Amino acid sequence: MTQDPHIPFGMPRPPAPGFSASVPDAVAGNGLRAQEEAAPLPVSIDVEADARASGVFDVIEDLDRELVGLDPVKTRIREIAALLVVDMARRRFGLEAERPNLHMCFTGSPGTGKTTVAMRMATVLHRLGYLAKGHLVAVTRDELVGQYIGHTAPKTREVLKRAMGGVLFIDEAYYLHRQENERDYGQEAIEILLQVMENQRNDIVVILAGYRDRMDQFFSSNPGMGSRIAHHIDFPDYDLDSLVAIARIMLDRQRYTFANGAEPAFRELMSRRMTQPRFANARSVRNALERARLRQANRLVSDGRVVTRDDLMRIEAEDIYKSRWFTEAPGEQVLDGRTVPTG
Amino acid sequence: MLVTQGTFSYLPPLTDAQVKAQVQYALDNDWAMSVEFTDDPHPRNFLWDMWGLPMFDMRDPAAILLEVQRCRDAYPARYVRVNAYDRRLGRQTTALSFIVQRPKNETGFRLERQEGPDRQVRYTLHPYALDRGAGERYER
Ligand SMILES: Nc1ncnc2c1ncn2[C@@H]1O[C@H](COP(=O)(O)OP(=O)(O)OP(=O)(O)O)[C@@H](O)[C@H]1O
Ligand SMILES: [Mg+2]
Repeated sequence: MTQDPHIPFGMPRPPAPGFSASVPDAVAGNGLRAQEEAAPLPVSIDVEADARASGVFDVIEDLDRELVGLDPVKTRIREIAALLVVDMARRRFGLEAERPNLHMCFTGSPGTGKTTVAMRMATVLHRLGYLAKGHLVAVTRDELVGQYIGHTAPKTREVLKRAMGGVLFIDEAYYLHRQENERDYGQEAIEILLQVMENQRNDIVVILAGYRDRMDQFFSSNPGMGSRIAHHIDFPDYDLDSLVAIARIMLDRQRYTFANGAEPAFRELMSRRMTQPRFANARSVRNALERARLRQANRLVSDGRVVTRDDLMRIEAEDIYKSRWFTEAPGEQVLDGRTVPTG
Repeated sequence: MLVTQGTFSYLPPLTDAQVKAQVQYALDNDWAMSVEFTDDPHPRNFLWDMWGLPMFDMRDPAAILLEVQRCRDAYPARYVRVNAYDRRLGRQTTALSFIVQRPKNETGFRLERQEGPDRQVRYTLHPYALDRGAGERYER
């Protein structure tokens, strides 16, 4: 702290009358609010310019570009962004309203982009001033529920505190509720979540994620949870065209390209993979591409000739046709390295 | 009387908004925060009871204010303070410590005189609150 040179050392004096009204504001960095209140209300506001200045459009445009399909999801994000922009504008006219409730539920099959979108959502809400920090804390049941009596509440609260100012993303939230065991500690975690979702809406956004049907079941046995969630967003499975488009984006990001004939091969591969068990949408695309990279590398090394920059970037059709989805006997499928008879 | 102690002892009690701003400052400095409470108002009493464990890895002041509020709710008639610990080598000490709640009726102190040999007098401060048992010193 800097000392005023004219004030000698010694005991601080007791505050003079009138002192207490002005100084604490300045000390605690609260002077801003006093200023804001004094400023005259604006006559009109350019909502569009406000939104642009917040940088929220950049995030939404990135989202449009980098995520294929997902139209209902993108629409909803735009709507939420618009709501918050308008809310900000209203506030500046002194039209106070309760802050909108933004707890959400994302439902969809594995690999449909729920985690990815949740991360973007945190950024959007931060840019619009709804969240102070805009980070994402992703957890599952294990991180919330304890092992013995008295263990759950502190554990859940610890996670909630870490997520304050950002988004708490609970994957497969229905595991919190065990129907067969009513003394399960999960119920305790749910109750603490509900309490914070209600009382600290300004500080945290909770997003639950999981399969559609099991989530519905979860909400019907925990009506309190269902009613506190304003936005239910469904992530549809991707069709074949989208999967191929996703593959192109992923390759592009990693500086690879499909050679002639490789893309149809990949399309063929995906159409086979889609019908198989444990198909995980975009994540299966990513895994298939990983393996294609592996085979490309293997091919380039075993060819033993000099390679060009172009060679290093190109995924050939043969890199894809060597996939086990083409080579395995139809009667059995190898999944994650294990042989599983499919009957 | 108003018992003051710690970093802002020369200021009137902080409002919640001001507490939040201070906590934000501490978090920006990467200091670990903790909440403590006591019902012994003596200025030399620095060993307060801990409210839970110290908090690391927090991003937002709301997390610390949540614990402050829980402590206030559990002990509405005690002193509650927030500490910030700077773990950096060369400092490794409490960087910030301030009271965020006081009992409604602070009963104050009396001056006690102890007569010694040769007409010597030793003075000591005795909080009236200490005359009652721990835990019921500020009830009502
Ligand atoms: N529409 C899309 N466009 C481009 N990439 C996508 C799209 N959807 C998902 N991905 C990619 O797929 C991968 C898996 O997505 P993500 O982890 O978000 O799925 P998820 O729905 O959370 O899955 P799970 O339910 O198994 O947790 C990520 O690498 C993500 O970038
Ligand atoms: Mg996920």
